Amino acid sequence: MDIYSSLVDIVGEDLASNHEEELYIYSRDSGAQQPRKADYVVVPKTVEEVQQIVKLANKEKIPITPMGGGLTLSGLAVPIKGGIVLDMKRMDRIIEVNEKSRYVILEAGVTQGALQSHLEKNYPHLEHSMPDAPPMATIVGNVVIQGHGHLSVACGINSQMVNGMEVVLPTGEVCKLGSCSISPYWFTRDPLPDLMGLFLGWLGTTGIITKVSLQLFPKPKFRDLLTFTSADLDLLPDFIFDLTQLNLMDNLFIISQEWPPWAQGTLYVPIVSAQDEEEFKLKIELHKKLLRKYEGKITLVEGRHAERMREARLPVPPITLGVMAADAKQGGGFEYTGGILPIEKVPEASSKAVEIAHKYGQPYLLGHQLLTGGHSMMFGLAYCLNRADEKDIEKIRKALDESNKLILDIGGVLWKAEAPAQRLMVQRMDPNTVKLMKRVMKALDPNVIMNPGNWSD
Amino acid sequence: MAIKDYKDIIHRCFRCGYCKFTSDYSYLGFNCPVYSKYRLESYSPGGMMWLIYASLVKGELKPSKHLSRILYSCTMCRNCSQECKFKFNEDIVNILKAAREEMVDKQLVPPMVNQFLTNVYDYGNPYRELKQNRDNWAENTGVKQYEKGDEFLYYVGCVGSYDTVSQKAAKALGSVLLKSGLPFGFLGSREVCDGNEVDMLGEKGLFEFLKEENTQTFKELGVKKIVTLSPHSYNALKNNYSNGFEVFHYTQLLRDLVKSGKLDVSRGFKAKVTYHDPCFLGRYNNEYDAPREILTAIPGVELVEMERTKENSFCCGGGGGNFYTDILGSGKDSPSRIRVREAHDTGANILAVACPVCMMMLEDALKAERLEDELAIKDISEIMNAALL
Repeated sequence: MDIYSSLVDIVGEDLASNHEEELYIYSRDSGAQQPRKADYVVVPKTVEEVQQIVKLANKEKIPITPMGGGLTLSGLAVPIKGGIVLDMKRMDRIIEVNEKSRYVILEAGVTQGALQSHLEKNYPHLEHSMPDAPPMATIVGNVVIQGHGHLSVACGINSQMVNGMEVVLPTGEVCKLGSCSISPYWFTRDPLPDLMGLFLGWLGTTGIITKVSLQLFPKPKFRDLLTFTSADLDLLPDFIFDLTQLNLMDNLFIISQEWPPWAQGTLYVPIVSAQDEEEFKLKIELHKKLLRKYEGKITLVEGRHAERMREARLPVPPITLGVMAADAKQGGGFEYTGGILPIEKVPEASSKAVEIAHKYGQPYLLGHQLLTGGHSMMFGLAYCLNRADEKDIEKIRKALDESNKLILDIGGVLWKAEAPAQRLMVQRMDPNTVKLMKRVMKALDPNVIMNPGNWSD
Repeated sequence: MAIKDYKDIIHRCFRCGYCKFTSDYSYLGFNCPVYSKYRLESYSPGGMMWLIYASLVKGELKPSKHLSRILYSCTMCRNCSQECKFKFNEDIVNILKAAREEMVDKQLVPPMVNQFLTNVYDYGNPYRELKQNRDNWAENTGVKQYEKGDEFLYYVGCVGSYDTVSQKAAKALGSVLLKSGLPFGFLGSREVCDGNEVDMLGEKGLFEFLKEENTQTFKELGVKKIVTLSPHSYNALKNNYSNGFEVFHYTQLLRDLVKSGKLDVSRGFKAKVTYHDPCFLGRYNNEYDAPREILTAIPGVELVEMERTKENSFCCGGGGGNFYTDILGSGKDSPSRIRVREAHDTGANILAVACPVCMMMLEDALKAERLEDELAIKDISEIMNAALL
């Protein structure tokens, strides 16, 4: 039986395809990376179907690329070496919410939007940390790439919120990790060897996550944002240090962009929340009070612009500003360098990022998010691109390459890096670390079928 | 507009996926009926935009029968246009329609679409039924043919005229209108297809022909006001025909007649009812209130809403000619079966509709789900007819 017929045998005729049309769609994303031709697309419903597909891929030595929402923008779910794209979104059951221990067990295809809606309807006092991405992004896709969400300052990045997982190994076995490996409860990751680290950040090269347990958090009754502005970028590390010393924020956006004009300058947008109105007001006041130390240098934005920021950034997920920015070139394409930086390096990175953007004829578009209580910064340098213009796409690839090198040169690491950017990191990595990564990958995936081309050549 | 007129817009789709959801990202499932069924990105609105761009603008893909099948699976429910966050959102459905026009020109339409269009051209309806049988539904109802001077033309449409399930709604509405005392009549064999689906299927020339035929008949008879059974007819006549007559969907007219006391619903209708919004009444024409106002005016009706309701309503899967072409097909993931299960979950014993297409789609789904003993599909006209003194 040929591969296509075998896939049809596993999932049914409507859910496996080798038509040019499906292959076209699954061979590219909205970012600037080169399309890579898929050979087959398959949409499984059960873990048993995933296992059968993995076993088939091993037998045939054909690559598998797992895909969630397909929204990394950096081609991570585009099959670099061809083969089977495994679209996980049909595995979409929210299996259980444990209210008292605050976690949800769900399948790999559950979207951010679906979980948010489920909680709003059934557990309105709980929420999960929702990334600054369209609601089509999946929970599992987000944790695999070590993404962050609207609670990342208060509660950490989303991959740290994983209590447990079920994984199909590259050789076809199903494995449970965390407390669920020894208990019916998926409530904790510790105190056990942290095997989940074998699958988070590996971009689908070590296995296919089919279920996760994700931590939930109290949903506050009050939430608002403040907008501060400053022309002096060098104040940023001290100001963020002072803000985080208050230890009161859920989230902090830092925005600096040429378009639209009202958003220019460095904008600090801390988001605070509380269950109690008095506590909430106090938190707001304490943030405002901090400005006394920076009098004349950092000011509170009020009035129409503050309202616009509220409309843009307070909804979870935020919509307006991101959409306006992504469509600025009216070209249907968007990608950004996501550098994870030490906070004190942000001013230097910002100045150089503006230079790179201008060098490539782009308006600068910088959007950063503070991570894990103030230990690092996701430094986003975004580029709109015109999918109808190959020259423009090529130009953006060069700009991305230069931006990636900038981040690495000043001591950062790259988040959800596209394959060329992964190579840049591997080139600079401790050789023994590279060897260890290769050994781990080889041990788990002897036939090199899992998303090959990522974290390796 | 032709596809070339959209060439600077089509590639602007990011495939971000907002178009697949309800406005509140309902956990019940995606609100694009086609994507809900097929679950391949190519069958999502964004996937279709990218394929249209690749095949009909950029020339990266050769237009094919498979592409045509994908494009014709869309029910044109307009959820994507409503939920897309970008400024070009209104163009999404129009781009799809323009792409279908290209499929017609390239003779790549699926066989069932071809059959639909040929039948409408040859017979004035998609069912290959004779014109003289168009008034069979009215037998023994007392509803008469339209005569000059009648205040309202009752435009029944193809589905209500010929489909045996939907004929119940056509008859019930006829009966209600008779009881209202309004002077009205129907066209019978003089009525031809309104062309709404023909337009959605991309046969522009045939749509213009049908429009002209009907408009000519309306003019000859001096028609000033039209009440339609079907939201599909309502959409075509109201938005795509030339002016010269007022068009009402029947729920709008009945709502007004109840309010003015010309229809007395005090006999009541005891039932727990949930209401399914038809896309061509709701998302296309923003009419969500009239059907609900009728239902809540009837003593005994307890109206309960489904999770996905009003602008977030989930399409039955019959639009864009799919009620006939059946490209979306059956199976437990078919939109009509999903919708029937959603209605059943409300605990209602009646699923009320205001569209003959929805009625036939959901009736079939009810049987497939084996829920006939727990839930019944009824058109609002039937409920109203039963409630009238």
